[in-house]
Amino acid sequence: MDNKRKYVIPGDVITTGPFRPEQNVVLDGNKIISTTVGITEIYDDSVRVIPLTGKYLPKINDLVIGKVVSHTSLSWELDINSCYVGFLPAQDVFGRDFSAHADELSSKLKTGDLVAARIANFDRTRDPLITIADRDLGKIDSGDLMKIAPSKVPRLIGKRGSMIQMIEEATNAMITIGQNGWVVVTSDNHEGLLKAKKAIQMVDEKAHIANLTDQVKEMLESRSES
Amino acid sequence: MGGREATMVLLDENGIRCDGRKVDEPRRIMIRAGGLKNADGSAYIEFGDNKILVGVFGPRDVHPKHMANTDTGILRVRYHMEPFSVGERKNPAPSRREIEISKVIKEALEPAVMLDKFPRTAVDVFIEVLQADGGTRCAALTAASVALADAGIPMRDMVAAIAAGKVADTVILDVNNEEDQAGQADMPMGYMPNIGKITLLQLDGVLTPEEYKKCIEVGIDGCKKVYELQKQALNDKYFGNRD
Repeated sequence: MDNKRKYVIPGDVITTGPFRPEQNVVLDGNKIISTTVGITEIYDDSVRVIPLTGKYLPKINDLVIGKVVSHTSLSWELDINSCYVGFLPAQDVFGRDFSAHADELSSKLKTGDLVAARIANFDRTRDPLITIADRDLGKIDSGDLMKIAPSKVPRLIGKRGSMIQMIEEATNAMITIGQNGWVVVTSDNHEGLLKAKKAIQMVDEKAHIANLTDQVKEMLESRSES
Repeated sequence: MGGREATMVLLDENGIRCDGRKVDEPRRIMIRAGGLKNADGSAYIEFGDNKILVGVFGPRDVHPKHMANTDTGILRVRYHMEPFSVGERKNPAPSRREIEISKVIKEALEPAVMLDKFPRTAVDVFIEVLQADGGTRCAALTAASVALADAGIPMRDMVAAIAAGKVADTVILDVNNEEDQAGQADMPMGYMPNIGKITLLQLDGVLTPEEYKKCIEVGIDGCKKVYELQKQALNDKYFGNRD
């Protein structure tokens, strides 16, 4: 299935033949060409490139971490580390009976606050609509914010969450990963917090290395002995 | 330009040029991807004695707003020469020449970048020439393409660029400053090596149709050499030179 992974840069021909082009590739005649710097993945009938660089492009249902940059009397604007600003309507926070006269937006979320949110709607014509009306979403009260490349988020999560579970278990930290590359780490114990942050940084720096999980594990264990 | 009588020997009887190169030999080229922390993507190139730094931002909000296109992202390029990049201090205000080069580089990159996934945004490319020695537009275009790839802007292909030209009635590759001043023709070319398409072609001077064809051939070969170095620069940064 996972036919030999290849490192590619824009313009590289990945393969020829009857494959379906997926993310970050274009079809030119019968050649499939990479459009970004990344690692190829060839499945039974499809080809895609996992990018190693690039900005976050919102996708519906993504969990993101946003920072409030401003608000009007009806909505907040969130920096979601993308080329578009996130739009969080006030009804979402105050409920159906929100009134622009009676309710003051800054009483709930102030400029600079961090919010765990979900992309409710996004298409090319409008800025992404964001919601916090769900379990585990909403204002983040405590923790350390880390910024990693959005393209490396899948690596940090690992296959079925293996990488992140391992880091959480080893350090007793709570890690919230936004698909936009912003990560919040919370932990009661200072040492665990530092170690978790170090592990996340390591994933960000060495995302392209094959046996990264082992290396991170080694790092986590070596520190716990000392 | 126009066959001005050369005081220096541009090409000796052994086919060696004024800086010791053979007719089809480019100058020493070094490209490095990345290096600027605050830009989304960056590249640095040394092309002979040219030293050029490129920073890329984006995709990001467009300001002024009226420039935004609701169908696609837009590409903006600024080519700028530092006051200390040439012998006599250059006025830092954008000159007619810099505005033209900004435009041709932008148009040479446009066939490669695919910004249709990023409507209402802009990608800004800032090119700073730190030291100039002829052929800066080619070096700048080469570096800009590496910086765009570093920023993760989707591209159909890289753009490699080099100049071909004519001195002493001979077609040469990679025209340097002396050859540009005293030579007979200078033809900068931008080329997408995998797709095999030319994105930049300018000509200053006079060539016969045969010489023109020869120049294109020599130029394309040169661009392929430049492309290998672009590839290596990106490999070095992202894959630690393992391929």
